[in-house]
Amino acid sequence: MALDAIQKNILHEVADLDGIPQGAYNIRANGTSAGRNTTANIDIVTKEDKPGIDIIIKPGTKGESVHIPVVLTESGLKDMVYNDFYIGEDADVTIVAGCGISNCGDQDSQHDGIHTFHVGKNAKIKYVEKHYGEGDGKGARILNPVTNVYQEEGSYVEMEMVQIKGVDSTVRTNLAELKEGATLLIHEALMTHGSQSATSDYKVLLQGEGSSADVVSRSVAKDDSEQIFEVSIEGDCACNGHAACDAIIMGNAHVVAIPKLDAKNVDAALIHEAAIGKIAGDQLIKLMSLGLTEEEAEEQIVAGFLR
Amino acid sequence: MLEIKNLTYRVDDEGDCTKEIIDGLDLTVEDGKFIVITGPNGGGKSTLAKLIMGVNQLTSGQIILDGVDISEKNITERAKMGISFAFQAPVHFKGIRVIDLLRLAAGEKISVAEACEYLSKVGLCAKDYVDREVNSSLSGGELKRIEIATVLARGTKLSIFDEPEAGIDLWSFQNLIKVFENMRKTINGTIIVISHQERILNIADEIVVIENGKVKAKGPKDEILPGLLGTSAAASIACEMLGGDQ
Repeated sequence: MALDAIQKNILHEVADLDGIPQGAYNIRANGTSAGRNTTANIDIVTKEDKPGIDIIIKPGTKGESVHIPVVLTESGLKDMVYNDFYIGEDADVTIVAGCGISNCGDQDSQHDGIHTFHVGKNAKIKYVEKHYGEGDGKGARILNPVTNVYQEEGSYVEMEMVQIKGVDSTVRTNLAELKEGATLLIHEALMTHGSQSATSDYKVLLQGEGSSADVVSRSVAKDDSEQIFEVSIEGDCACNGHAACDAIIMGNAHVVAIPKLDAKNVDAALIHEAAIGKIAGDQLIKLMSLGLTEEEAEEQIVAGFLR
Repeated sequence: MLEIKNLTYRVDDEGDCTKEIIDGLDLTVEDGKFIVITGPNGGGKSTLAKLIMGVNQLTSGQIILDGVDISEKNITERAKMGISFAFQAPVHFKGIRVIDLLRLAAGEKISVAEACEYLSKVGLCAKDYVDREVNSSLSGGELKRIEIATVLARGTKLSIFDEPEAGIDLWSFQNLIKVFENMRKTINGTIIVISHQERILNIADEIVVIENGKVKAKGPKDEILPGLLGTSAAASIACEMLGGDQ
């Protein structure tokens, strides 16, 4: 199936793709497959019992990437997929997911992606997930992603979740379980505007000695939008957990941060930081003294903050 | 030319009282001069600098730049007309890198090499800094120099530095003096520095002493500086240098 111009633009927004990606990929457009490629080390198999795919990465695979973008341009489409990743021991790969919705119609469009990662011993992955919405129809653009991450001993997972524009409603649910010596880094960048709402719920279970997690969220809430950020880190052993939520609030927005730390061992070191506030006046003054208008200064501050 | 006429800045004091921080001040600064404004703490030096940039709004009087009355103009308009300002306490930005700030200052997409040149001029090893965020991971002295570099990158006809020596250690200060000595030779526009430091006073064309919101003395360095060094003002400067009150 060939992609049209709108779909190509969305692909560019969510996956930085301007053509067919290198390596393994699976492109899903309006609920069906629009292209797939596998490599000697990375196999992609369609699930038989439910919608979705299994992505199987052989042990020891190094330097390869998998792109699995999703594009929705049909108004009224409700799409749900289960994507399971099996990352073999000692592999080192980059996974780029992402979903873009262009809804010019009056019915809601929705994509719920349930991603489960089984990360083998000493494997290392970088996961990038971008969400984007566009279109001037009355129908809402809804994305409800779920990620479940199961990390074996010594594995390393870095997740970058970005949602900057155009998604009306999001509920993000993330669960991670870490065994001995495993490391998890999560960086979330979120901007809501208009009457959008976004909820992020992170639950991290540090179950193995020496495991560590760092969950960092930077968000900007504009206009009448609403954000709820909930993070819970549980330490059962000698481990390190850190969560930080930093939000800029503008207009009539509403931002809620709910931290929870749960230590069950004297050597569990868990830290949480949360800050919500407006753009500092002295930041605006400094940029205006460089010749920017107040609006331009705000844009620069927000763009830098969400970088 | 910068002309300040009968400038007043009044604030609400305790109770129903008001207080003139700047009290009918007159000052003319000619083009291409290196002016150092000094005087005791609380005398109105920094307030005057902020009134020129538009950070504070004047109560009455006029500020005229090259014949144009800028009294009612906002910060952005004054910046575009050619005024730059290095703040006494540089601002932190989460996520904005040194290179971003220098690009915004230059008003164009300058190359990394050009940005590095500005950093080198303020004594920073450029490659270590261009990609760093302008946040609290940088020391006070580093932030101060980056602040000065943004003013250099703008290259405007009037540059104002509000106590560049404040908040930096003695070691950084030695380098900072060199930055100003160098700027003195290379910059084409007018420079106004608010300072207590004898070594900065020493490279001035003219010194302006401000006390109680008024110009107490103004003249060539050779006329003003010897008097300052032998007066109570000098004693107060010395006290401030030592970090104590007057």
